[in-house]
Amino acid sequence: MEKLSPRRRAYDRTMHVLLWLAGGVTCALLVFMIGYIFFRGVPNLTWPLLSGQTSYLKDTIGILPNIVNTLYIILVAMVIVLPIGVGAAIYLTEYATSHKLVSVIEFATESLAGIPSIIYGLVGMLIFVQFMNLQNGILAGGLTLVIMILPTIVRTTQESLKTVPQSYREGALALGSGKWHMVRTVVLPGAVDGIVTGCILAVGRIVGESAALLYTAGFGLVLNDFVSALHSSSATLTVALYIYANERGETAVAFAIATILMLMTLVINLAAVFAGRRLKKQ
Amino acid sequence: MDSILSVKDLNLWYGDHQALRSINVEIPANEITALIGPSGCGKSTFLKTLNRMNDLVPGVRITGEVNFQKRNIYDPAVDVTGLRRRIGMVFQKANPFPMSIYDNVAYGPRTYGVRSRAKLDEIVEKSLQAAAIWEEVKDRLKASALGLSGGQQQRLCIARALAVEPEVLLMDESTSALDPISTSKIEDLAVELKSKYTVVMVTHNMQQAARVSDKTAFFLLGEMVEFGGTEQMFSAPTDKRTEDYITGRFG
Repeated sequence: MEKLSPRRRAYDRTMHVLLWLAGGVTCALLVFMIGYIFFRGVPNLTWPLLSGQTSYLKDTIGILPNIVNTLYIILVAMVIVLPIGVGAAIYLTEYATSHKLVSVIEFATESLAGIPSIIYGLVGMLIFVQFMNLQNGILAGGLTLVIMILPTIVRTTQESLKTVPQSYREGALALGSGKWHMVRTVVLPGAVDGIVTGCILAVGRIVGESAALLYTAGFGLVLNDFVSALHSSSATLTVALYIYANERGETAVAFAIATILMLMTLVINLAAVFAGRRLKKQ
Repeated sequence: MDSILSVKDLNLWYGDHQALRSINVEIPANEITALIGPSGCGKSTFLKTLNRMNDLVPGVRITGEVNFQKRNIYDPAVDVTGLRRRIGMVFQKANPFPMSIYDNVAYGPRTYGVRSRAKLDEIVEKSLQAAAIWEEVKDRLKASALGLSGGQQQRLCIARALAVEPEVLLMDESTSALDPISTSKIEDLAVELKSKYTVVMVTHNMQQAARVSDKTAFFLLGEMVEFGGTEQMFSAPTDKRTEDYITGRFG
């Protein structure tokens, strides 16, 4: 066999090194980001910060309200978006007969998914906060998030419904099962792993969202009860991070929040992987 | 002759393509009727008109009548789910649901509201026995049906179809994906089943039609060329085209 010419060999080596560098830089940036945030954030994660409220009178800073707001807005958004999104996906894949309509809707949902979230914030502010007069709060913020993550839920559910073999549907129908019974007993159980994964990723998006919430959920740093929080300005963790870093210059608090957000994201992603695997096995 | 399915002047189009041309046939009860013919001749399409599974195909159009026990099943007032309960179907490729063996068989009865555990146990055992698979699976009813071999899966699908106590069983090339031993098991099963059920089977396998069926219908280009007793058809076909096909001149 002929030997590799020295030129070819040098070329190969160079490319190898360059690609290694690209990979190395990516890893290094990631590790640096995470390391830096933990380094700055972890020492500031104190119990009073996590369990207290911010008060000008008492001169305290606490992010408990923001943690609660984040969880609350996830709950509100998911409770509303799940039936609508999964329902729409079931309609589109199982019931709709007009292929043209389906592809138009699919194209629309895909385009919606690519819109910058600040635009959702703007629309949410005009519609929910002003036109529907819901005030800044968890409800207006949650509804804005619903519009924002609806396309994701619809698409992931649709994709996962499409993986259910057609033969299952035929088998159920041939046994005299009605359409909805067939969907409920055969199609949905076969698609549940994809739906759950989609939901978890949507939750991840909510946790990381700030732009859509600035004008809709508001900047309030005070803990409200669950009813009044719906209509009272309530900052989530990301919005609080913005407030502390940008308006109050409390960099330490901002890094503490960043650490929490990163941990939440990590947990959510692990949950998505785990849920996907576990449900697939069953 | 006592016919359970009576087809009158049945035409079927997929869009502009006419797949069935004025089919007229009386399918006798408690016998096995085999539908034979080359690929694309319309035999599977015809089979699927008998329990309206063709309704699922977009752009399908049907004229004529299919009378099941004197009632036209294409009458708009007919309850299609009820019809499919009475005319069961086994597909070309075994399609057990991704559930346990037990839940597969219990699926149909549960759909019709059978809830009692004892009743379900009884139906499951009876159906699995009728499909000649009980002995092989009785110790692992809770195991996933997807772990069974291809032949077992197909017999499970037959058991699943029998669990709703249909009157007719449609088999769409149900042995074409199976090995010879599994095939012969299912053929024996079909012969046993005809004492209680009417069986209509599509097959690509001439020997199978000759071995198993009482009546044979030969399809060509959407027409039913010939219909008659299997023995007579295989020994002395009346139509030249049937003879050519059976003797292997085309197909």
